[in-house]
Amino acid sequence: MAASSERSPPPFPDLEEPELLEDSDEGADAFTGTSISEMDSPSPDTSRPPKDIFNEPPEDIFSDPLSNINSEPQKKVDAKISSPSSDEAVDLFSEPLDDDSEVMSSPEVQNPMPDLLSEPKSGVLGEPPVQKNAARQQDVFEEPPKGSSKSSSVKKAASAEMLGDDDEEEDLFKEPPKVVTRKPQPSGPPVDVFTEVKSDVKVKPQVKDDPTDLFSEEALTAPAPKPSANSSSSSRTNGVHSEEQDLFSEATVELSLDSPRNDRKKDAVKPSVSAPAAPEASSSSKAPSKTLEELEEEESEDKFDLNISVTNPEKVGDGMNAYMAYKVSTQTSLTMFRSKTFTVRRRFSDFLGLFEKLSEKHSQNGYIIPPPPEKSILGMTKVKVGKEDPSSAEFVERRRAALERYLQRVVCHPSLLQDPDVREFLEKEELPRAVSTQALSGAGFLKMLNKATDAVSKMTIKMNEQDVWFDEKIQDVENEEQHLRKLHVMVESLVNHRKELSGNTAVFAKSVAMLGSSEDNTALSRALSQLAEVEDRIEQLHQEQASNDFFTFSELLADYIRLLGAVRGCFDQRMKAWQRWQDAENMLQKKRETEAKLLWANKPDKLQQAKDEIAEWEAKVTQYERDFERISATVRKEVIRFDKEKARDFKRQIIKYLESVLHSQQQMIKYWEAFLPEAKAIA
Amino acid sequence: MTSISEDSDKEKVRSVSVDLNNDASLVIDIPDALCERDKVKFTIHIKTTLSSFQKSEFSVPRQHEDFIWLHDTIVETEEYAGLIIPPAPPKPDFEGPREKMHKLGEGESSMTKEEYAKMKQELEAEYLAVFKKTVQVHEVFLQRLSSHPMFRKDRNFQIFLEYDQDLTVRRKNAKEMFGGFFKNMVKSADEVLISGVKEVDEFFEQEKIFLLDYSSKIKDATAKAEKMTRSHKNVADDYNHISGAMNSIAADNNTAFKKHLEKCAEVFEKLRKLEDRVASDQELKLTELLRYYTRDIQAAKDLLYRRARALADYENSNKTLDKARLKGKDIAQAEENQKQCLRKFDKLSESGKKELTSFKARRVVAFRKNLIEMTELEIKHAKNSMSLLQGSIEILNSN
Repeated sequence: MAASSERSPPPFPDLEEPELLEDSDEGADAFTGTSISEMDSPSPDTSRPPKDIFNEPPEDIFSDPLSNINSEPQKKVDAKISSPSSDEAVDLFSEPLDDDSEVMSSPEVQNPMPDLLSEPKSGVLGEPPVQKNAARQQDVFEEPPKGSSKSSSVKKAASAEMLGDDDEEEDLFKEPPKVVTRKPQPSGPPVDVFTEVKSDVKVKPQVKDDPTDLFSEEALTAPAPKPSANSSSSSRTNGVHSEEQDLFSEATVELSLDSPRNDRKKDAVKPSVSAPAAPEASSSSKAPSKTLEELEEEESEDKFDLNISVTNPEKVGDGMNAYMAYKVSTQTSLTMFRSKTFTVRRRFSDFLGLFEKLSEKHSQNGYIIPPPPEKSILGMTKVKVGKEDPSSAEFVERRRAALERYLQRVVCHPSLLQDPDVREFLEKEELPRAVSTQALSGAGFLKMLNKATDAVSKMTIKMNEQDVWFDEKIQDVENEEQHLRKLHVMVESLVNHRKELSGNTAVFAKSVAMLGSSEDNTALSRALSQLAEVEDRIEQLHQEQASNDFFTFSELLADYIRLLGAVRGCFDQRMKAWQRWQDAENMLQKKRETEAKLLWANKPDKLQQAKDEIAEWEAKVTQYERDFERISATVRKEVIRFDKEKARDFKRQIIKYLESVLHSQQQMIKYWEAFLPEAKAIA
Repeated sequence: MTSISEDSDKEKVRSVSVDLNNDASLVIDIPDALCERDKVKFTIHIKTTLSSFQKSEFSVPRQHEDFIWLHDTIVETEEYAGLIIPPAPPKPDFEGPREKMHKLGEGESSMTKEEYAKMKQELEAEYLAVFKKTVQVHEVFLQRLSSHPMFRKDRNFQIFLEYDQDLTVRRKNAKEMFGGFFKNMVKSADEVLISGVKEVDEFFEQEKIFLLDYSSKIKDATAKAEKMTRSHKNVADDYNHISGAMNSIAADNNTAFKKHLEKCAEVFEKLRKLEDRVASDQELKLTELLRYYTRDIQAAKDLLYRRARALADYENSNKTLDKARLKGKDIAQAEENQKQCLRKFDKLSESGKKELTSFKARRVVAFRKNLIEMTELEIKHAKNSMSLLQGSIEILNSN
């Protein structure tokens, strides 16, 4: 709640207010959701938070195992700040912003904000050029000393933001300076901020509370992506820096905030973080230097530079053991790869295997994993058996294109690109044969069984959706999938009818040619055979158009029907997390009841065990709840990203499609215009 | 039920398939038609300077059956045996639109509003196309008659044009229908029989070979063209459905996506219209032309048959005369018969030759005209689509 008042300083248009409020509600949810056990801790700290925050961290950082991760990059970045030109920094900012502004038009509740915030900032402050990754982090540190009491509010703003939505981490960076600059202004809301912070010391515990929440959230996220993700997070920067910044920002903010209570927290966090910390430290220390180089590259490239093409489908082997192998060529300037261009040969099941691996690892985190094209026993059998059948050639081409799009979608995903399996898939000469993808193999059968049980549990889980956004989105996605299916059917029928038209035109052309040959008037006979030629060409046009209908339009829809399925999968994962949390909650309830009974029955010997169990389950509840919140945040972020991507993709493809139609119309004009004098020459 | 004024399209409807010699003395057109269940009532408008008509400008209501009656009476008139009798207009076929209308009525409850609207649109377009075509073929029939020096003076034709009440011609009864069928059978059998008769005139021999060949070719081409235009229509319909489906996606969406889905839906909607026009113009200019000449060639073949029959009759009469001379009786009668046959045959040959030559010229002119018109329309539509697409792509690119 407090966050909302801070976040609505005067320059914001009134319009945004309700949205902001809504947003902060979520933040509030998170507040109340945090477990009581942690609530009590901040009280001793309240007296001297400013000092704590800003003085202690540096020391703490080194003593804390976890801080290794954070401090290292931070230092590096700090060192680097001076070297790159300021333009670059501007770019850094403008890039993610651009992204956001696109989303803004889609009225997702939070998205308007980064934009809103960034604009006033660049307008009001002369600072932006100086700011970069680290600079902004520094802001968090440096700004506060100017007015130590303000710092808490800054902190609060930042943290509230974090809670509000993971998606707008840029806010973190944008907001602090802004809030700070506003402070001198004697206008209303900022004052509000002060009063609220200063006078109301009770707010503090809450403020404190957020960080703990935040911290633990980070603590959870850090191990989740596994060591690989950590190393990657540092080098991830390409076109993805928002992501990267998050990690940084989260880390730094945490540090500063949790320092007062570091001692207490450390214990809790250590077990989860210490493991990944070690491998991470080495990679992350090198990372920032890379990062900046890459940023420079990116500036010139504008988009992240990774081109993947799937070409040269080739039949390997004979008979029913034959399979298609594809050439997967990558062209990139990303330094995470060993060279700039490389090529590997992969077979279809390898693509499926990649998907299996990715979804095993990432789907429970709420990522949307782009699904590969389906296995087609019929199509493949045809390819295996048939020699040079046009339908099997079409099948192969269709699959090749689908695989290419699939890979492109995978690498477009900032987190998936970092996955070692993806890199291995693109780079490694020999892949272990993917086994689990065999159609109707034992594993496949088990998987089907799993899916069936999933479906059943999905039906039985009745989640009373708290989050309006999810509620609507789930509905939207379902509707959209339905509509897309319908549209897909229509487009398929267009493809078929166009093919029919092409066939019929060819037949007609032949027939007209025959008629021309029978015609005894020479000029008319000539014109008719010319007409036959025109119709022949038009037949070609129709045929080309039919394949455009199919490849640019119909396949796009098929892809998105599959992708929407994956999106629904994400929602299901979120629901599962929710269910787990609820189950734990119930269990905890039961344990408490048992305890009460034991108390009543006065059985002290068992009481301790019951208490232990309660503590255990309390921990679990907290854990699961955080899991749920984390997955909710990720899913939301993913869905927003997906929507953005989808809109862009559709637009691009539709334009491409219309261009193909335009092209065929232009050809049509050419053909008929050539025919016109022939028709006129009939005499 | 529906009355569609053809005024706006008169330019196009007018005599697509035949060469209208611009004789202002008798101008016939069908400005309006009314479709009542399975009956189509045409309003026939006549403007004339001929003294044989009482008024110089008048309109009469006629039905399809009246046209058939007129055609049959002309076919049965012995006098016109040497002429190519303009083929009767085919029965108006509203089966397609009617079926759709039926579906529309049935599915009204199950369809969404958009689907219903789309379907209705399709129906209207199709209905209009059939209607246009129907009016056109009937008009052409009358114009062929009016432009022919012999037919225009026909008594029945004048009655058809001038009688200001409903003609209410008697429908053929079952017996007559069967009779007609039987006659056709006999004719085909007869055609086979007399095909053995040796042709005496090179011109007719060649003409026969040409027409037989041409007739099968043009029949084939007509069927193929029909198929082609039908699938073209299907493509247009698909555009329509795609537009509808896109609209329904857009309706549920409220992101930036919505705007361009709506735009796309609009583009497809417009593409449908254009594509539909392409299909129906092809139908009107090309398929209809081929169809008409399929019938016309049949009429020309009928003329050849009548002449061949006369030739066979003449040869038979020669034989009878020879026999009569041998037997020495009924010579005068046989001679008379032989002379008559010869006269008839000569007359048929003479007018037939003239008719066939003019038929050839007419055909070439009609093909020329239609092909030019079709090509121009194709270019026009393609250009329209092109500018539509260019504009839409620009708009899509800009936002």
